[in-house]
Amino acid sequence: MSIVTVQLGQCGNQIGFEVFDALLSDSHSSQGLCSMRENEAYQASCKERFFSEEENGVPIARAVLVDMEPKVINQTLSKAAQSGQWKYGQHACFCQKQGSGNNWAYGYSVHGPRHEESIMNIIRKEVEKCDSFSGFFIIMSMAGGTGSGLGAFVTQNLEDQYSNSLKMNQIIWPYGTGEVIVQNYNSILTLSHLYRSSDALLLHENDAIHKICAKLMNIKQISFSDINQVLAHQLGSVFQPTYSAESSFHYRRNPLEGFKDPALYTSWLKPVNAFNVWKTQRAFSKYEKSAVLVSNSQFLVKPLDMIVGKAWNMFASKAYIHQYTKFGIEEEDFLDSFTSLEQVVASYCNL
Amino acid sequence: MLTRQLGYAVQKPSLYGNGDTQVHLRGLLTENLSLNLQTCLATAEACGSSVTYGSSLAERRCVEECRSGRGLASSRSRRRTTMTQSVVVQVGQCGNQIGCCFWDLALREHAAVNQKGIYDEAISSFFRNVDTRVVGDGGSISKGKICSLKARAVLIDMEEGVVNEILQGPLRDVFDTKQLITDISGSGNNWAVGHKVFGSLYQDQILEKFRKSAEHCDCLQCFFIIHSMGGGTGSGLGTFLLKVLEDEFPEVYRFVTSIYPSGEDDVITSPYNSILAMKELNEHADCVLPIDNQSLFDIISKIDLMVNSGKLGTTVKPKSLVTSSSGALKKRHKKPFDAMNNIVANLLLNLTSSARFEGSLNMDLNEISMNLVPFPQLHYLVSSLTPLYTLTDVNIPPRRLDQMFSDAFSKDHQLLRADPKHSLYLACALMVRGNVQISDLRRNIERLKPSLQFVSWNQEGWKTSLCSVPPVGHSHSLLALANNTCVKPTFMELKERFMRLYKKKAHLHHYLQVEGMEESCFTEAVSSLSALIQEYDQLDATKNMPVQDLPRLSIAM
Repeated sequence: MSIVTVQLGQCGNQIGFEVFDALLSDSHSSQGLCSMRENEAYQASCKERFFSEEENGVPIARAVLVDMEPKVINQTLSKAAQSGQWKYGQHACFCQKQGSGNNWAYGYSVHGPRHEESIMNIIRKEVEKCDSFSGFFIIMSMAGGTGSGLGAFVTQNLEDQYSNSLKMNQIIWPYGTGEVIVQNYNSILTLSHLYRSSDALLLHENDAIHKICAKLMNIKQISFSDINQVLAHQLGSVFQPTYSAESSFHYRRNPLEGFKDPALYTSWLKPVNAFNVWKTQRAFSKYEKSAVLVSNSQFLVKPLDMIVGKAWNMFASKAYIHQYTKFGIEEEDFLDSFTSLEQVVASYCNL
Repeated sequence: MLTRQLGYAVQKPSLYGNGDTQVHLRGLLTENLSLNLQTCLATAEACGSSVTYGSSLAERRCVEECRSGRGLASSRSRRRTTMTQSVVVQVGQCGNQIGCCFWDLALREHAAVNQKGIYDEAISSFFRNVDTRVVGDGGSISKGKICSLKARAVLIDMEEGVVNEILQGPLRDVFDTKQLITDISGSGNNWAVGHKVFGSLYQDQILEKFRKSAEHCDCLQCFFIIHSMGGGTGSGLGTFLLKVLEDEFPEVYRFVTSIYPSGEDDVITSPYNSILAMKELNEHADCVLPIDNQSLFDIISKIDLMVNSGKLGTTVKPKSLVTSSSGALKKRHKKPFDAMNNIVANLLLNLTSSARFEGSLNMDLNEISMNLVPFPQLHYLVSSLTPLYTLTDVNIPPRRLDQMFSDAFSKDHQLLRADPKHSLYLACALMVRGNVQISDLRRNIERLKPSLQFVSWNQEGWKTSLCSVPPVGHSHSLLALANNTCVKPTFMELKERFMRLYKKKAHLHHYLQVEGMEESCFTEAVSSLSALIQEYDQLDATKNMPVQDLPRLSIAM
């Protein structure tokens, strides 16, 4: 059961690299309490899920790298190649010269349609390489222009073209205080669009991970690299192959399907409209036992409410709107987004 | 249109696209050549000229692949996408002097960062790599070793003095003689002469030079215009070409660095020139960085003081770029323009650093406008730069990182005399270079936030970037760009000085006698400025009001 990862924008690509790195080093790390046979099955399953084999044995990540400017992709490709343990496919990336300028409208309405064909082609090639394809894992941020805008566009396309496959979007929730000034606009536009086309949204807040680095891990000078590594460990443990019901040595369960398990949800909420938030975190590659909790709870309401509130205040004064209308996102589109998200907030509050 | 390729032409000086000429390139079909090959072949075919290439197997295969439109398969290197380029347009005496400093510093920065002499993407943002052996336009080389760097610049002046000096100075090889537009008579400190007379006279030439420099770019993103507001050429012609750029290249950003006249400016008509120019900046610039000479002078004076006070046995650091380009610090001028220009040059370098070099949180030039300009008219950004003198010329132990952030918000480091702390912030950008991490950035934002007032709808209006490459001679640096209502007093003062002259009709005839100038030009310019001031006024009025959350959409469940 293979997963194809789509990494979008600077954030998506930087994190994507750390995730693959963590996954591979986990599969090579000590087996802990399980037997050798178990370990081998585990390793094989892990590799199969995220990597394909190259002739000389170097695993190639099942990933598509997309960015509208070249610096980050170049860096990511060379870091992977330098590790010697794994690398990205030679033709797995799509890059342009000029970025999206933190503008959701530019990412969605300009870059999206312009590069739709090329990007979907690369994705299709990657999917075709899989023997049994289970779904997509899309990594993006909400605050910028490419990850958010182009990410929303690509997810929509994936929904159209691969409606039977599962799509899980890993979204990075920006720091409350400024990374990007228009991050609230970009965020609400992204969430409202993904709500319609994604199957599951996995959210990570930069603020939360920052606190983890500071308090739990005692890192003094926290860099984005630290943050991304913590995140990668969390994600890696979510995708850890799990036993299926039938036999101990067959790792079959489609990891993405786990999120559709009706038992996880209250009876009146459809699994399709689910937002997930991390609650605990532990590195799994160095620990004998680790636990990962993925939950869908009202925990999300407060940050969502805050972002909608801030975006609404800004919208009321019409600040920055001209930057979006320039590329075809009108005030009505904003209002639509606000409406959908207010509904989500209200639904959660009514539980 | 085709650029000359590396190779050995049988006949010279023939230009591609010349229907009758056949050019055969023998020799190596290098990587450099092959990247442009596709364009060459397509254009050659379109022009009906025949271009043949060497006969080695690799070459033929390369040509074949180009013709079939499959792009290039070079086994040695992956075909990498280049990043964007910017063109600097320096206008008038001030503009050209600052521009000259900028190119000097840019070369030195890239020399320090790029030790192997490879023409990489970072350099390509401001420089072309040219093979000067090839006659004609100079063959452009897009990769490989640096051959000869040419600045992506257009130099315009209506007097010859400054441009000639540049062309005879140490930077003469960096500029292409075809990138210049000069005249001899000068604008006489008269905006109307610069804008109307020279504007119409040189319009075609200007357009041609811009088109040429755009052609040399793979993906042109931004024009940086450098000029002063108080004179005639920089002010008049400098703003004339903004409209030309807007019409011809609507998608390319126009960043303008404008030197505003100080109160004691020796040009009497500088208020006229400045206000007339401001109308153009309001309407045709994407972003303006206003700077005044007085602030620059104050900064230099402070550095002088520190160095000469002999504090802590301070010595001048040899490699500092902030003040010296050629030991200018030693000389005692009445106004050390060289050192002052260097500060502005540093501003431009730091502004573009995150777009040129790698970092954990990049900030491209198009993000500056997106984040810092909430309403189209309000695009004036106050800049402050640190470190200026604490680390540069003096070998004192490096101060704590946090001090750098505090300095950026102190008036001593601003390039415009203004008081942002007591005015209202609409947005603020922090561009950090060097070994600084996200936690350092966040800690300092949290620390400084309480003392700053942000507009109610943008309480967390911070845009940040982290670039890994520090400037030469420093371990880190910070550039702060603030969109703040504190620019209002500067504009109001300018308006007052203007009105004092205008009421008496002083010197007005010099302007009105120029064809195309009428009194309405003046009145329109003043109303444009008044409208701008009013917008800032309205924002200021919201300053001390409590932040109220507006009623949200209510959803029926």
